[in-house]
Amino acid sequence: MDQTEKTQQQNGGGRDKRGRRRRPARARFQMRVSTKYEPRKAPNGKPLSCSTETSLKPAQHLELYRYLKLTRLVEERLVNLYRQTKVVGGVFRSLGQEATAVGSAYALQPQDFITPLIRDLGAVLVKGIRPRDIFAQYMAKAGGPSGGKDLNIHFGDMDRGFIGPISHLGDMIPVMTGILLGGRLKKKKFVGVAYIGDGGMSTGAFHEGLNFAAVQRLPLIIIAEHNHYAYSTPTNLQTAVRDLAEKAAGYGIPAHIVDGNDVVACYEVTKHAADYARRGGGAVLIEAKTYRRKGHAEHDDQRYVAAGEIEWWETHNDPIDRYERYLLECNLATKEQLEEIVAGVLREIDEDCAWAESSPLPEGPQAAYGVFDNDVVPPAFRPGVLEA
Amino acid sequence: MSTAVKKEHKSARPERGGQATLVEAIRQGIWEEMDRDPDVFVIGEDVGAYGGAFKVTDGLIDEFGKERVIDTPISEGAIVGAACGAALMGMRPIAEFQFIDFISAGFDLLTNYAAKCRYRWGAGLPMVFRGPCGSGVRSGPFHSLNAESFFLNTAGLKIVEPSTAYDAKGLIKAAIRDPDPVLFFEHKKLYRLPRLREELPADDYIVEIGKSRVARTGRDLSIITFGAMVLTALDAAEELEKEGLDVEVIDLRTLAPLDRPGILASVKKTNKAILLHEASRTGGIGGELAAILAEEAFEWLDAPVIRVASIDTPVPYSPPLEDYYLPQIKDVVDAARKLAAY
Repeated sequence: MDQTEKTQQQNGGGRDKRGRRRRPARARFQMRVSTKYEPRKAPNGKPLSCSTETSLKPAQHLELYRYLKLTRLVEERLVNLYRQTKVVGGVFRSLGQEATAVGSAYALQPQDFITPLIRDLGAVLVKGIRPRDIFAQYMAKAGGPSGGKDLNIHFGDMDRGFIGPISHLGDMIPVMTGILLGGRLKKKKFVGVAYIGDGGMSTGAFHEGLNFAAVQRLPLIIIAEHNHYAYSTPTNLQTAVRDLAEKAAGYGIPAHIVDGNDVVACYEVTKHAADYARRGGGAVLIEAKTYRRKGHAEHDDQRYVAAGEIEWWETHNDPIDRYERYLLECNLATKEQLEEIVAGVLREIDEDCAWAESSPLPEGPQAAYGVFDNDVVPPAFRPGVLEA
Repeated sequence: MSTAVKKEHKSARPERGGQATLVEAIRQGIWEEMDRDPDVFVIGEDVGAYGGAFKVTDGLIDEFGKERVIDTPISEGAIVGAACGAALMGMRPIAEFQFIDFISAGFDLLTNYAAKCRYRWGAGLPMVFRGPCGSGVRSGPFHSLNAESFFLNTAGLKIVEPSTAYDAKGLIKAAIRDPDPVLFFEHKKLYRLPRLREELPADDYIVEIGKSRVARTGRDLSIITFGAMVLTALDAAEELEKEGLDVEVIDLRTLAPLDRPGILASVKKTNKAILLHEASRTGGIGGELAAILAEEAFEWLDAPVIRVASIDTPVPYSPPLEDYYLPQIKDVVDAARKLAAY
């Protein structure tokens, strides 16, 4: 922004060769990328912490910590269940990138909507979905929100503003655009956050959805999680831009780059974007720079990752380590307080996991229900052979 | 630097009922539903000021405003996705594909999001996806599609295609009120066909989705068809009548879910069946209908079931080519004679 204004001043006010007054040149191509929250090295080689400039209150700081730990520990429990063959499908981790989902979703209001990716369990939990639902979904139980019909976080809860994703990346961008369009028609005021990654941004649906939202000036916040890999494909084989934030220029919307492993920065930048969208500014794109420390799913051996890369991020840039350091350094919490929070989280996970394990698998014929409203069209039962 | 002078153009509000062609019937239906229910809105390309490529949405923007008649970018994915999102919020979108051929660009969201939403988490999506389909109007490979077969194998989408003005209005209104996604195919050859002009009731009515119609009663053989081919079947039946053959014509009206009792009742009466459709033969709905008859009416059949459909090519442009591609009255008559002699 500042640079553009300067350029305008330099070009402004003069006269052309024929002596005609020249209007200040309008910047034809204006990059509106804010780098205020982008990743920075810690001063004097000190270990990384979090942004200290924040409006978060002390109690909120502790709640954020609780959600970070809840996310990581629910996932760890899922890995245990997977190894015990209790999870029917795959397990998808957000290890190392939890701060992006948790910090951004925490900046929203209850009436706001999110549509996360599989690696945004943190955002789903912040929106108030209980771990028991997540466990039941992964174990394909009848008690899960989809009754065993779909996997993991592939469900929704309209009252909590949670629209679960489908596997087709990019598809949720136009769907969230529609949620916001529907909200406008219903005269409801809220913003919508749609998560996408360096891979998903290559889809046509992403482009179509964001373009339409931008044209309609809908309050859509795109959180582009730059975690370096889409399954095994590195970002340089996915896109020719350096920063995913550059793509915002193609839609005429502003962008921010944020350190995705700094939960406070993720909170602040999303709050800023949400305020902008709420005021009627339209769509915004936030690129969160982070790193996926686990493979695409539990089965992935990550043979495509350079030696030492994962270990570097684990040692130097773990979002929860950074946040703990920040809380302790800023005297926002004591070690004992943090331990107490973790103990509470583990109790909740134990209870919810036990509940989900005790839930039965669905009965087979349940598969026939719910294709259409069964008051109108009967369930699709398997027909008998040669029965009149 | 053009100073665009907008032509003062306001399209009249349609009458309720009265004499109407198929396109006018659909427009009446949409208009009445938008009047009745503030949650109904229209979304698509050029549906606003221009009134849609075939003028189905003509005048809606003047009556209901641009909030409820939304012009979109050329983005079928965005149209389908936005309709899904709005439906989740309790709206009832009517989304237009400018030509049904372009439904392919929205295929992913239709088959993966729209069709599976209720099944996956109980969120039913009341939506209509409508647009002009069909060949025989010399429009070539990209403006002539009959798309039903792409969607018949996707659970969760209803498919409707009317062949009369009365049904068109009744079915579009039923589709708008339906709790689930409906693909509403409008044969563009029928839009303004004078032959289809008829008197519509002034009172509110719907035609139930999932029910076929006996377009002509007969006892010697059944032609099961829909859309513009209903007219081909009726013309063939007239010719066959001269030869003493009494042909029944079943207009399916709804292709998913199929009206099995209606289809079976007719074939159990006539004992012979021709399955007639405009989409190409292989993988067409005729195969599904034949399977239903083989499984559920085998003992009533006095002859093999016969498919009369387009050949397995894209829809060609030049008139002689397209005429060869499409089933003609003669093809139906020939098939009927063979069946009668069986």
